Amino acid sequence: MTIKKDAIRYAAGLARISLTRQEEELFAEQLNHILAYMEQLNKLDTENIEPMSRAGSTGNILREDMVKSPLSNDDALKNAPEKEEGFFRVPKIIE
Amino acid sequence: MSHYLTTIGLEIHLRLLTKTKAFCGCSNCFGGEPNTFVCPVCLGFPGSLPVLNSQYLRYAIKVALALSSNVSGMMKFDRKNYFYPDLPKNYQISQYDMPLSLGGYVDIISDNKPKRIAITRVHMEEDAGKLVHNKRALSSYVDFNRTGTPLLEIVSEPDISSPEEAYRYLIAIKSIIEYLDVSDCNMEEGSLRCDANISIRPKSQKELGVKVELKNMNSFKGVRDALIYEEKRQAKALSADEPIAQQTRLWNEEKQVSEPMRTKEEAHDYRYFPDPDLPTVSIDATLIEEISSELPEMPEQKKERFIRDCGLSKYDASVLVSDKVMACFFECCIKLYPKPKMIVNWLTGDILKYLNANNIEFNSVKTTPQRLISMFELMDNKTISGKMAKEVLHEMLATGDSADDIVKKKGLLQISDKSVIEKLADDIINENPKVADDYLSGKTNALGFLVGQLMKKSKGRADPQLANSAIKKGLGKKRP
Amino acid sequence: MEEFVKYTASQLKKKIAQDNLAASDIASSVADRYDKVEDKVKGFAHFDKTLLSERAKELDKKGCAGNLSKIPVVIKDNICVKDELTTCSSKILAGFKPPYDATVVTKLKQAGALLLGKSNMDEFAFGSSCETSCYAPTNNPYDLEKIPGGSSGGSAALVAADETVLALGSDTGGSIRQPASLCGVVGIKPTYGRVSRYGLIAFGSSLDQIGPVAKDVTDCAGLLNIISGYDPMDSTSADMPVPDYTGSLIANIKGLRIGIPKEYNPGSITGPIIDEAAPVNETGIKIREAVDMLKDLGAQFVDISLPHTKYAVSVYYIVGCSEASSNLARFDGVEYGYRQKQPGSLLDMYKKTRGEGFGAEAKRRIILGTYTLSSGYYDAYYLKAQKVRNLIKQDFEDAFSRCDIILTPTSPETAWPKGLKTKDPLSMYLSDIFTIPANLAGIPALSLPCGYDSNGLPIGLQFMAKHFDEEALIRAAYTYEQNAGWQKVRPKL
Repeated sequence: MTIKKDAIRYAAGLARISLTRQEEELFAEQLNHILAYMEQLNKLDTENIEPMSRAGSTGNILREDMVKSPLSNDDALKNAPEKEEGFFRVPKIIE
Repeated sequence: MSHYLTTIGLEIHLRLLTKTKAFCGCSNCFGGEPNTFVCPVCLGFPGSLPVLNSQYLRYAIKVALALSSNVSGMMKFDRKNYFYPDLPKNYQISQYDMPLSLGGYVDIISDNKPKRIAITRVHMEEDAGKLVHNKRALSSYVDFNRTGTPLLEIVSEPDISSPEEAYRYLIAIKSIIEYLDVSDCNMEEGSLRCDANISIRPKSQKELGVKVELKNMNSFKGVRDALIYEEKRQAKALSADEPIAQQTRLWNEEKQVSEPMRTKEEAHDYRYFPDPDLPTVSIDATLIEEISSELPEMPEQKKERFIRDCGLSKYDASVLVSDKVMACFFECCIKLYPKPKMIVNWLTGDILKYLNANNIEFNSVKTTPQRLISMFELMDNKTISGKMAKEVLHEMLATGDSADDIVKKKGLLQISDKSVIEKLADDIINENPKVADDYLSGKTNALGFLVGQLMKKSKGRADPQLANSAIKKGLGKKRP
Repeated sequence: MEEFVKYTASQLKKKIAQDNLAASDIASSVADRYDKVEDKVKGFAHFDKTLLSERAKELDKKGCAGNLSKIPVVIKDNICVKDELTTCSSKILAGFKPPYDATVVTKLKQAGALLLGKSNMDEFAFGSSCETSCYAPTNNPYDLEKIPGGSSGGSAALVAADETVLALGSDTGGSIRQPASLCGVVGIKPTYGRVSRYGLIAFGSSLDQIGPVAKDVTDCAGLLNIISGYDPMDSTSADMPVPDYTGSLIANIKGLRIGIPKEYNPGSITGPIIDEAAPVNETGIKIREAVDMLKDLGAQFVDISLPHTKYAVSVYYIVGCSEASSNLARFDGVEYGYRQKQPGSLLDMYKKTRGEGFGAEAKRRIILGTYTLSSGYYDAYYLKAQKVRNLIKQDFEDAFSRCDIILTPTSPETAWPKGLKTKDPLSMYLSDIFTIPANLAGIPALSLPCGYDSNGLPIGLQFMAKHFDEEALIRAAYTYEQNAGWQKVRPKL
């Protein structure tokens, strides 16, 4: 399977990353190299194998429904690049 | 809609009333100053991790069981990946291919016939935050208080074939959930949200028509209105041979129209995958049994009981149980006053009419079962007439005062003193000699007019039976 | 001034008790050493002398009698420390000061540790050489022209350079063990779930573990004692009792069954791709010497097979990048970190913030992970990888029915020159071939020095054990260390 520049653009779009033309070309070449290596997986028959998506599995870990003290508004917003009157501010969204 | 068949499916999002959010210990509150019910977890701060709220799981299982949905022995959480500022992690913790439960159904009445609407699945997911848009400002503002609050998504099969059925389905779901005490189901406040998929096709056509998604409805009535509008819009397009675009449309409550969403829609590629931060959850038979045993009497069972034990009609029983508070009100009344049919007539008649006209929910009704029964007793001992009772009830519902107080305050006591009424009868006969003569000459319907005049003069307070006999007696005196 | 940071933690503890040393004395010694060698090593991402001296004074005032009282510890820059810079060595987290401590940091503070600052790393732990940091790359204390390994290169280099006594690292595919090996120190990747991940900025959530980096096995065991244990804030942490790991510091391995995977035959290890016909390199020779010594000490060697190990790198990069693409979606300029503030739409803000905030390797991995999860490719990549991951885990289960621990080299090669592999990401990825399988299976693994190559660069030996059997690792490593004595070798700076 080879990855085309379109696919790089599509994935970068989904991931909300702007790429320069050079980056697009470089990544396409490097990812092709990597994906070609990963082709090895297709040699393996995994028909009846269960996927393993977690490394540990130790029963149900649940939390009591008890209120914990929240962050103060100041602490919540302390790191915000843009804020106003207790809100996080983002470029205007048109719905 | 005679030439077309309508197919509707509904997706309901229900906010559950746990004390804390789905995956962190922040208060699951409504409103509040922006960004004050937040912590590193629901803000999606780097390094924070979710831990499932046990009560959220219990409530979710409760709802699934009440909808006769099959709770899975093993479920998992997945990440739904998309970027939006109200979603701090830019993914939502949801469930994809191993949801809480599969299947289930809700019974409704459609065209006076029972109909079963199948449920596809019920799954758990966290809510997003809120965006505040200010028309003049150059920015939008984000409040994460609602972020991470626990939701249940109830997905119906496309079994619904009219906007009215969709409405009834919603009412049925709401009444079931209310019995469980796990959500307040308030659509206006957003604790219940509903999106609809609707398509229509010519009766002769087998395959379904183009699906349109409807969003932004803020009330049950709004869902019905939006579907009615959309049904008509699509029918008109089909009749004119115009294609129907597959799109998402927003309901504009003010203009009562649906409008295509303005934002460009991206092809959805949510890249669901199992959330590695949350282990799979096993739900064993013991837990399911424990929760089933805690389930209260459900509307369907209550309805059967009302029909069986109180002799109510199927219709009356359905109306009563559609609102948990009303059903409870009814049950209190029959303990005090064993005339269920009379109680149900007043409840589903004058009381509901008043509440609907004034847009009041039954749980905010201003009177109590005791007070309603006191009013019945005033009727029984002839203190007030049935007609006066309606006026009194109206006042009770408006002010919350007791029937006694209203009767006294408004001077509404029935006149049952024979001599007073006979005096009035004589006056009326004297004032209307021509009518009296007509009666005496054999025109018996003249009697009604004279009784009416008497009632009018007494401002409706005269005992109608006494009035009738007093007029007859007075006229008898005139007979030569 | 006496260089207290040159001691191991166990030595320094005695010294503190004997000489009644204050935290401030130790802080000055740290600052002194920093001035002397940090320019050469560049191991810190964030170090603030004033802050350090304040913290030391506070410790002296409070008078803490914890197990790590006044012992200098460096924290990797992807572990949250309340109100202190935590940036994953990435521009996109510029200026970020979390309003909370990671659970491991809370535990260190309770134990009385003297926190020095944050260590440099590959950006978001994406790398094996510390070269993808947005700060200057860290240098190997044994040869400043060489890389220290990665991604916890800063932690390993600072321990090796005696700029700290202890350090915390994180290990997703070898990020503790490989730099420990390349810098001649000891590092442990605990069993998945042994140490809380709360406050560790995630790379691959199903792979990441925090672990100790130290000058010897004894210190590693002591630090592991402090940081281990169930944490109700981390659903993936194991609700199991934690043994006292210092109880396993026993120099006796009589009867211990050590497995050698035939696929990793130490006699024929040549480099990234296993080729049995290739000539033996210096790493192979040193590993063989270690095997001989362990044999003499009474260990029993058995042949085992890990047939799916050759797929590990592919599986790891699919799983790790897929998880990372989702974990790193939150860095969008809204709540914290870097934001591109030019006027424009929300979409522009997202794309430019992330395009400018992430370095090349981070972008490459996010795009790869987005691609392997995307519609139409999920089954071929992500799902396939999760299935093969299960096969790899089963390989280990089978192997551990025949042996107690598994021995391999940590890295196929010693520290390489800076810039050598940056142009070819795949060659960088393949350098983790021996360390990745433990993360995929979730088992514990340890790296410790087993000699030096002809250029004087450290060579590391890896032990792997069954889930939650860190005790076996520590016992084997301690026995070897006590007999081989490599921990006494220090770099000349």
